Amino acid sequence: MTLLVTVFAAIVATIVWYKNSPKDDMKVGTLSLIYWGASLMWTVDAIFEYAELKEEYFNPAAQDMLNDFFLGLTVVALGLVIWLVILLVKDPKGVVKSALLSKKN
Amino acid sequence: MACFIVPATEAIVTTIAAKVLKKREESRKISRSGSTDEIIEKASFSRKLGWLNNLLWGGSALLALEHVWHGEVVPWFPFLTAASDPESKAEMLHEMSTVGVTMALLVTGVWVGMVVVSSVLEKKAAKLKLAENKK
Repeated sequence: MTLLVTVFAAIVATIVWYKNSPKDDMKVGTLSLIYWGASLMWTVDAIFEYAELKEEYFNPAAQDMLNDFFLGLTVVALGLVIWLVILLVKDPKGVVKSALLSKKN
Repeated sequence: MACFIVPATEAIVTTIAAKVLKKREESRKISRSGSTDEIIEKASFSRKLGWLNNLLWGGSALLALEHVWHGEVVPWFPFLTAASDPESKAEMLHEMSTVGVTMALLVTGVWVGMVVVSSVLEKKAAKLKLAENKK
C-alpha cells in the first residue's frame, strides 16, 4: 500500500512537471525524482517480500493495509516537506530573497 | 532493517562527485568563454548527476521514515534496533547486502537509462540544428 501511494504521488508530480515543462520554477522535477526514488526502492522491497511470502503477499490483513496506507500518506507529506525546504532554500523565483530584503527596507 | 543505508551511502558519494564536477565545469566555462555553445552541451553532466542525487536522497529519506515508523530506527545509540544483538546484526547486514544493494543498483540503472535517453535526444537536437544552419 505504501508503494502504491508513493507511485501515485510520483505519477501526479511527473504529470505536473511535464505540463509546466520546460519551465521548472517550482522545482516539481525534484519532487517527482524524490517520489520515483522511493518508489523504485520499495519495488525492490516488494519483490524480495513476494519471493518470501508468495501469494500471501497479495492478501494482507485489513489492519496492516490501513497502517501501510497511513504510512504512505506520511511518506507523501515528508516528500512535500523536503521539496518545500529545497524550494525555499534555492528560491528560484527570488521570492524569499525579495521578501527578506523588503522587510529590511 | 537498514537497507536504506546502502543507497544513502551512494548518495553521499554522488553528491560529492557532483559538487566537484560542477566546480570543474564552471572553471572550464570561464576559461573557454569563446565557444560557450559547446561547453554548455558538455557541462550538463553535473546536472544529470543531480537527478541521481535526487533519486537516491529522496528514496533514502522516505525509506528512513518507514524504518522509524516500524521501530527499526531509533533516536538513541546504536540508532538501529537490529544492531543491539549479534543475531539481528547478521540479519541486518544480510538484508543490506541483498535488498540494499539491489535498491542502489536499480536506482542507478534507471538513472543510466535516463542519461542515455537524454544524450540521444541531445545528439538528435544538435544534428537538427546543424542541418538547419546548413540550409
